[in-house]
Amino acid sequence: MRDVAVIGVGWPKWGELWKKDIRNIFVEAALMAIEDAGVDHIDSMYVASMSPGLWSKQEHIGALMADYLGQTPIPAVRVESACASGGMAVRLGFIEVASGMSDIVLVGGVEKMWTGEDFTAVLATAADQEYEAFHGLTFPALYALMARRHMHEFGTKREQLAMVSVKNHANGARNPRAQYQREITVEAVLNSPPVADPLNLLDCSPVTDGAAAIILAPVDLARKIAKDRPIVQIIGSGAATDSIALADRESYVELPAVKKAAEIAYKMAGVGPEDIDLAEVHDCFTIAEIIVTEDLGFFEKGKGGEAVEQGLTKIGGKIPVNTSGGLKSKGHPVGATGVAQIVEITEQLWGVSGERQVEGAKIGLAQNMGGSGASSTVHILKRID
Amino acid sequence: MPIQRFYPHIPQRYRLEGTKCKKCGKVHFPPRQVCNSCGSKELEPYRLAEEGEIITYTVVYTPPDDFKTKKPYVVAIAKMDDGAKLTAQVTDCTPDEVEIGKRVRVVFRKINAEGKSGIIEYGYKFVLI
Repeated sequence: MRDVAVIGVGWPKWGELWKKDIRNIFVEAALMAIEDAGVDHIDSMYVASMSPGLWSKQEHIGALMADYLGQTPIPAVRVESACASGGMAVRLGFIEVASGMSDIVLVGGVEKMWTGEDFTAVLATAADQEYEAFHGLTFPALYALMARRHMHEFGTKREQLAMVSVKNHANGARNPRAQYQREITVEAVLNSPPVADPLNLLDCSPVTDGAAAIILAPVDLARKIAKDRPIVQIIGSGAATDSIALADRESYVELPAVKKAAEIAYKMAGVGPEDIDLAEVHDCFTIAEIIVTEDLGFFEKGKGGEAVEQGLTKIGGKIPVNTSGGLKSKGHPVGATGVAQIVEITEQLWGVSGERQVEGAKIGLAQNMGGSGASSTVHILKRID
Repeated sequence: MPIQRFYPHIPQRYRLEGTKCKKCGKVHFPPRQVCNSCGSKELEPYRLAEEGEIITYTVVYTPPDDFKTKKPYVVAIAKMDDGAKLTAQVTDCTPDEVEIGKRVRVVFRKINAEGKSGIIEYGYKFVLI
């Protein structure tokens, strides 16, 4: 396998983009990444998107995006794994470059969610339609089931859930591409409208239009065309699956797919949780960040809530988590999320994250997951000199 | 929901039909073709236990459009007495009566209805014992 580097990134502003359709949103991000990489062509591309068919009544977006990006006849395909579509696409792009099949691969993710469709129902298609959504379960409700159990088993406090959101908004307020660039308080979270008890509106990631893209290339090629910035290599890539229905799991306070994907990625990278300088994790709901930081090995099982309360996951803390603002503050355009995580980590390792910069960051981790944890990816990136 | 999407699930929704592994004894609901515990393909039809215990629950305040008129409603996961875990609404009670550890029984109820001319979707819900 060849060593693979991230040589360019593109991440335009996210939000409610009423004047743009899915192709405008994607192409803008893809062009930014191509320009940032300074390449004159790409060999292949992956387009991560959860549900363009339901939101925009448009399938076949691999070809559509290659066409509007002016890149036909290169191969292009859409990748779908619900909210982990982005991470899975990154993994496929990584494999394609590592294998030697292609040299320069674009991995982009996009979701156009503000189209007037019932987004709660569209998102629920990532759950078991016949045995979860059929009974009125929504995504906030699935994570609420986990939150209640986590609180029951470990004494995790309602306020600690809120602190995840407060911390991520503090980071997102310093990210010019975030959907909600403002700080919030614990009281605001606790007083926001209930969505699925014990989760309130401000425990939930928002509905977002947006795209992000990266360009992957072999490290050898990256060294030749490198700009005035360090090389960032993907040193570990893991993916795993689990039961689609939450009920079928042995436990509701851990996510085995996350643990397995992390185990694979750590092993490949030859590092452990103690070596990670910062992480982007899938905080679709506040409880998710708590469970995931435990399952990645940053904290003992059951201690994720305390860790947030003690400030261990803030910038400047033991392991800064979601310096981008996380899904909560920067937004969660489903298919784009896993790709934007790689953008954030890459920029941090380049040392260009401005006010959000984690000083001396050398190794970063990105964890993305689909549904209630039925699929997950973990990527580990390293600045190599 | 188109009738064809509902039809294949009638044995599960009307009769709690699952499968049981002949090798390891694991009970599956809904039915499976491959045991998710031991990998065996020798499974037999099995009718789920009707009673169990609540493991976790939530009160849904922001439902999909199809469930708008029903909010707030409680959805729980219960571990049935034969080990299978079932997701369903808890009905005939107020949300504050529901607690982890409470016993439930499965009952046959209307889950949803599709407007004036669509099908009525029946299935199971929990009631507190």
